[in-house]
Amino acid sequence: MEKTRDELSWQEKREERFKRWLSPDVKFKTPQAEKLYKERLTRFIKAIKLEEPDRVPVQIPAGSFPAYYSGTTLRTIMYDYDALKQSWLKFLYDFDMDLYDNPGFIFPGRVYELLDYKLYQWPGHGLPSDSSMHQFVENEYMKADEYDAFIKDQFDFSLRYFTPRTCGTLAPLSSLARFNSALGLPFQLMALCTNPDLQPVFQAMREASQELAKWQAVVGECDQLAKEAGCPSAAGGIALAPFDTFADMFRGTRGIAMDMYRQPEKLLEALEIVTPPSIESAVDVANFAGCPIVFIPLHKGNDVFMSREQYERFYWPTFQKLLLGIINEGCVPVMVADGSYNERLDIIKDLPRASVLWIFEQTDMAKAKKILGDTACIGGNVTAAQLYTNTPQAIKEYCRWLIEVCGKGGGYILTLGSSVDRCNPENLQAIIEAAQEYGVYR
Amino acid sequence: MPKDFITLLADLKEDEVIKLTKQRLEAGDEALAILEDSRKAMGIVGDRFADGKYFIPELVYSGDLLKQITELVKPHLVQSGETKHLGTVVIGTVAGDIHDIGLNIVDFMLDVNGFKVYNLGVDVPVEKFVEKMKETSAPVLGLSGFLTLAFDAMKDTVEALETAGIRDKVKIMIGGGQMDDEVVKYAKADAYGKDAMAAVFLAKKWIGGS
Repeated sequence: MEKTRDELSWQEKREERFKRWLSPDVKFKTPQAEKLYKERLTRFIKAIKLEEPDRVPVQIPAGSFPAYYSGTTLRTIMYDYDALKQSWLKFLYDFDMDLYDNPGFIFPGRVYELLDYKLYQWPGHGLPSDSSMHQFVENEYMKADEYDAFIKDQFDFSLRYFTPRTCGTLAPLSSLARFNSALGLPFQLMALCTNPDLQPVFQAMREASQELAKWQAVVGECDQLAKEAGCPSAAGGIALAPFDTFADMFRGTRGIAMDMYRQPEKLLEALEIVTPPSIESAVDVANFAGCPIVFIPLHKGNDVFMSREQYERFYWPTFQKLLLGIINEGCVPVMVADGSYNERLDIIKDLPRASVLWIFEQTDMAKAKKILGDTACIGGNVTAAQLYTNTPQAIKEYCRWLIEVCGKGGGYILTLGSSVDRCNPENLQAIIEAAQEYGVYR
Repeated sequence: MPKDFITLLADLKEDEVIKLTKQRLEAGDEALAILEDSRKAMGIVGDRFADGKYFIPELVYSGDLLKQITELVKPHLVQSGETKHLGTVVIGTVAGDIHDIGLNIVDFMLDVNGFKVYNLGVDVPVEKFVEKMKETSAPVLGLSGFLTLAFDAMKDTVEALETAGIRDKVKIMIGGGQMDDEVVKYAKADAYGKDAMAAVFLAKKWIGGS
C-alpha cells in the first residue's frame, strides 16, 4: 500500500520534488535542450546529495550583471521590462551555467514608487541614476516596546505597524481597526473598509498590484525560456533566519543590539514565534514555483557580528528549527552566508546529512570542506573583490584550487560568494571554464 | 570608586553604572573626571573587541551607555580648554554607497581613542573629501564602502587627491563589507582594516601616539 504524505521520510518527499523539478511543464526547444536540462539538474542534485556528479556544477548568481553586460543599466531594467527580459536572455545564452537565476531580484521601480517603498533606495531614487545596485535602508520599523504587540498577533503587527511604516502610500493602514473584530461576523469586514482614509490605500494597492503582475509575467517568461533552452531555474521559496528577520527588517543593527541586552527574553520569545510561519511561507512559494530550493540569505550571525555564545543563544536554535522544518517538507535550504562563518562551522554541522547547501563568501573554504564535507554540500567563494581586481587567468587558477580542495568526493558547487554588477565578463567565463576543465570526476 | 566605575562601564552594567554616575555627581565629583573614566572604560571595550571577546552588539550598547553618561554629566561641565587630540582623521562612505553602520562604529572607536574625527557621512562626493582634507590638513583618511560599486568610487577619490596634489601628505585606509587587500591595490589606497579597531591601530601607526 502506498504511504500517505505524512508517512514519507524527508528524503522520500524530497525525491518527489526532485522528480517534479526534473520534469518541468515545458516544451523543450530541442531534444538536446531536454538532455542538457536533465544533465545539469542531475549534476546539481547529486552534489546536494553528496554524491559524485559527472563534474562540479557551476552557477553564476546574476545580480545586476546582465544589465551592464548587455549595455544597459539597472535603472533602465527596473522600469523597462522588455529591456529586463532581453538582458536576462543574453546572460542565459552567453553563459553555460548549470542553474539559472531569473530576474526575480530586479524589483520593479514603478511598484516601489506607487507604494512609496521605504526599505530600499534604488538608482534615481535616493541613489545616483547610474548606481548598479539598490540598497537596503535599515531603520527601527518596529519599536523597542512593540514585542508584545508582535507576540500577541503577528498578522495585526504586520498589517497595522510594519506595512504602514515601510510603504508610505499604505500609511493609513495604521488607523485601521483591528481585523479580529470581523471574526465570525464577515459583514464587519466591510465596515472596517469604509474608513475614508483607506480609500487611497485601496487605489494604490490596485495600481501597484496590476503593475507587479506585468513584471511577474516577464520574470515567469524568463524562467520558462531558460527551461525550454535546457537550463534549470533555481527560483523556489525564500526565507530569512528568524534572528535576521528582527535584526534586518524589524529592529535594525542598533535596535537588535540593545534588545540582546535589555530584553533578551522577549527577543527569544519573538524568534520562536516567527519560525513556524517562516517555514510555511517558504514551502508554499517553493510549491508554487515547482522548485524545491529555499533561498536563505544570512546576515547578522557571522563571525564579525556576534560572539559564538550569542550565536548559540540567539541565532542558531530558531535558525536550526527553520531549516529542519523546511527539510522535513522535502525542500532544500540554500544559505548564502555573507562575510565569514569560520567560527560557526562546527555548530551548523548539526543537521541531517546531505540536506542543505551552504554558499560561503569569505569563509576559509578548506576549513569548511574539512568540517562540513561529510555532512553538507558547500559552495562558493569566488569573491567580488577578486572578480573586480583579478585577471581571468588568476580567477581560473583560484577556481582550480577550489575544485581540488572542495570538490573532492563530490558535495561542492562552484559559485560566487556574492552577486556582482559590473565585473569583466571574461572573469565569469573563466569560472565556467574552470568547472568544465578541472571539475570532471573520473 | 573610579575603578569600579570603569569596570562597571567596561562590563556594560547599565543600571549600576548610571546609578553610580548620578552618585558621583551628587557627591561633587568633577564632570571631567567622570568623562576621563568613561574614556578609559571605552578603551577596555575596544581592547575586548580587538581580542574577540566583544562584538558589534557590545560596541553599540557601550556607545549608548556612554551617551547616557555624557548627557548626565553635561550640565556639570565647566567650560574647559581645548581637548588634546592624538590627531585628525577624516572618514566617510564613498559616493553611491549609503551604508553607515560600520562607518559610525569606526567614528565612535576613533573618537573614544582620542582622535578628532570629521565624519562626512554617506554617499560623499569626491570633491567633498578633497575639500575637507585641504581644510583640515588631516594626515589620515578613512574610506568606507559596503558594495562592489565602492571599489571604483574609492579609486576615484584617491585619484582626486592625486590631482589635487595632496595624495603624498595623506595615508588612506579602506574598510567595509567586500573590501580586502586586493581592493587596496586597485583603489591605490594604503591599507585595509577589517574592523573598527584595525582603523584605530592604523591611525595610531600613521599619526603616532600608540
